[in-house]
Amino acid sequence: MDRIDHAASELREMDDLAALSSPIHSLHPLAKLIVTILYIFLTVSFNKYDLSGLIVMLLYPVIAFSVSGIPIRTCFYKLRIVLPLVCAVGLFNPFFDRVPLLYIGNISVSCGVISMITLMLKGVFCLMASFILVATTTMDAICAALRKIHIPNMIVTLLLLTYRYISVMIDEVSIMTTAYKLRAPGQKGIHYSAWGSFLGQLLLRSMDRAEELYSSMQLRGFCGEFQYADVPPAKLIDYLYAVFAVGAFFLCRMVNIASFFGSIALGGSL
Amino acid sequence: MIRFEHVSCEYEKGQTVLNDLSFEIQNSDSVGLIGANGAGKSTLMKVLLGLLPYQGLITVDDLEVNKQNIKEIRRKLGFVLQNSDNQMFMPTVYEDVMFAPLNYGMSREKAEKRTDAVLAQLGLSDLKHRHNHKISGGEKRMAAIATVLAMEPDVLLMDEPTSALDPYNRRIVINTINALPNTKIITSHDLDMILDTCQKVILLSEGRIAAQGNAKEILINRELLEANRMELPLCFSQKY
Repeated sequence: MDRIDHAASELREMDDLAALSSPIHSLHPLAKLIVTILYIFLTVSFNKYDLSGLIVMLLYPVIAFSVSGIPIRTCFYKLRIVLPLVCAVGLFNPFFDRVPLLYIGNISVSCGVISMITLMLKGVFCLMASFILVATTTMDAICAALRKIHIPNMIVTLLLLTYRYISVMIDEVSIMTTAYKLRAPGQKGIHYSAWGSFLGQLLLRSMDRAEELYSSMQLRGFCGEFQYADVPPAKLIDYLYAVFAVGAFFLCRMVNIASFFGSIALGGSL
Repeated sequence: MIRFEHVSCEYEKGQTVLNDLSFEIQNSDSVGLIGANGAGKSTLMKVLLGLLPYQGLITVDDLEVNKQNIKEIRRKLGFVLQNSDNQMFMPTVYEDVMFAPLNYGMSREKAEKRTDAVLAQLGLSDLKHRHNHKISGGEKRMAAIATVLAMEPDVLLMDEPTSALDPYNRRIVINTINALPNTKIITSHDLDMILDTCQKVILLSEGRIAAQGNAKEILINRELLEANRMELPLCFSQKY
């Protein structure tokens, strides 16, 4: 399969994942959205040297992945392009922050190394939590939840349309690259001399298709506000999930659970 | 009733696409719009739908096509685009068919009922929860018709409804069109399909009406068709 077609099918697979059925899938989108936002907020708020405290936050994505039935490797595979960027954020910390923080045997571990690992983990955890939200909730339901927390209509519509238009654009790229390859056999990718006209044509074609799509929406009564997916009222289980998850996150943030269990395991006093 | 009175349209100054068109389409008529490429068929559809500005007067049930009436007019007109991919933009067939009823203020419960009814009417109930990108071209075309029928329009406008369809799916679409009681305006180069579905024909040439009247009379007139860069429908040609 062509790389472009592969990208398009990967994007569509997200809709397929969201259409699966599991206890996580059936939760109210607003509960999942709030839990994810709070998870990200609390994960990011950990001190840059608090690696042991942060580790416990891995529990949420791990549990969510196992309950939803979505393999964690799917997440890492789909995020393979973003993950290195996230991991690169703290790459230079070991060079700038060389003060030793702890010793493992005779080897000193500097503050920079710990802060680098902490930053990487924060990024990875946040991506995993975001992925579990997107993979278990349709984009329509996420947008409906965003509207429920009074995110302005324009922003939500923009989000939804961007999501929809990405596949339109990928389709156009796919058609154009196929046409190019058929007339440039043996060539790897698109020659740089054609980049300008290729991008120009892509823009024009995408605009034409976007215009036609918009006309089709207008002709079916679209007046600027999407009628998002029908989100049923939250049930007791949704409230329980939100309260329990948020409570657990706050507990993990306030108490260093890893140190707590570590000290118990080592027989030390609290 | 749809009435065009001295309607003209130009994209840029001096580039006239429609030139002084006047005709009437009565309720329940089935009218085929034919003509060579660039004759103005799609433009005619677009001005009727209020997507392009025009000079002259167009009325739909005595309502003038203008900014004030556009919402009401569009509710009466259902447009099936030539490219179904551009018509189907929601994730699933079901959501796409429900898009228009919800936009027109129908409650979700009623919209769901109407969606089910339309899908059943077109024999598409099996497609209900299928993703749009996973259905075949023929199914997509039928689903696109369903998205428009869900609006319960008075008039159906169809742009090349049988293009890129295999004979089997083409026949299904033709039978579906024939079974619909709405007023229909169909543009196509598939003259056999026009003959099968329309009682009247308007032949456009360079933005003007070259002929209008009974479909059979016009479609059997080889001289007229050839003078306007068209050919006899295959069923009338004696090649085979």
